[in-house]
Amino acid sequence: MWVYEKKLQIPVRVSAPDPRMAKYVITQYGGPEGELSASLRYLNMRYTMPTGRAKGVLTDIGTEELAHMEIVATLVYKLIEGAPMEAIKAADLGSHYADHGRSLYWENAAGVPWVAAYVSATDDPVADLHENMAAEQKARAVYENLIHLTDDPQVKDVLRWLREREVVHFQRFGETLMYVEDFMQQKKVF
Amino acid sequence: MDTRNQVMMLRQIQQLSFVAVELQLYLDTHPEDQQALALFNSNHTELIQAVRKYEQAYGPMLSYGYSPNMQQCWSWVDSPWPWEIKY
Repeated sequence: MWVYEKKLQIPVRVSAPDPRMAKYVITQYGGPEGELSASLRYLNMRYTMPTGRAKGVLTDIGTEELAHMEIVATLVYKLIEGAPMEAIKAADLGSHYADHGRSLYWENAAGVPWVAAYVSATDDPVADLHENMAAEQKARAVYENLIHLTDDPQVKDVLRWLREREVVHFQRFGETLMYVEDFMQQKKVF
Repeated sequence: MDTRNQVMMLRQIQQLSFVAVELQLYLDTHPEDQQALALFNSNHTELIQAVRKYEQAYGPMLSYGYSPNMQQCWSWVDSPWPWEIKY
């Protein structure tokens, strides 16, 4: 079950509204390598993992990704907040605005809505943990792309922090994979 | 609306909470680490203390009964919500 904490995991600031950047950042909200994909992928895989450690890691990282999703949402919200209509249209956010106004939505930078095909689950723990490690690398890479797309130092700070978390998650999944592989080997002996 | 005190308290809680998350993930893959376990528990005490102090002024931080509501009315629904806070 989930309990909500009424706080962000880290402070989120923007130096000024920037709907153009909001259009790019939203991809980590609802895009293929975004936080929604990450949290749903891990929270779904945990049900059939063979060891308690794996269930723990997937539950805990999956939950942290929900907190990251909230951070990305806050970034998008603050980047659009107060921006006049002319800026929204100039940023090529008119299509988003037509369907959603200033509301957030789960879509990538091109406006393509989120789809479950972004996540996989094979029930093979070795395959699934490799998928997770790859996902963390891809998320890291996308945060680096986003950092290149802005000059706002406050936005960069948030993106850099999120990028660092991906590296730590990658590490934890690597450790989990080692334990799971040991566990699978032991099973084979008997 | 003076949010400077609220922001200051939130920043402290965010730091303590981050230590808790890091230790949680570390312990998931190193469950035998006694030192980390001890750190986790002492951090827990500090975190709860900071959270309760915050809640006295600004209302419950956790939902579903894990935080008390110490104000006269249901302050959970009060602004600012996390994405509205001006840091």
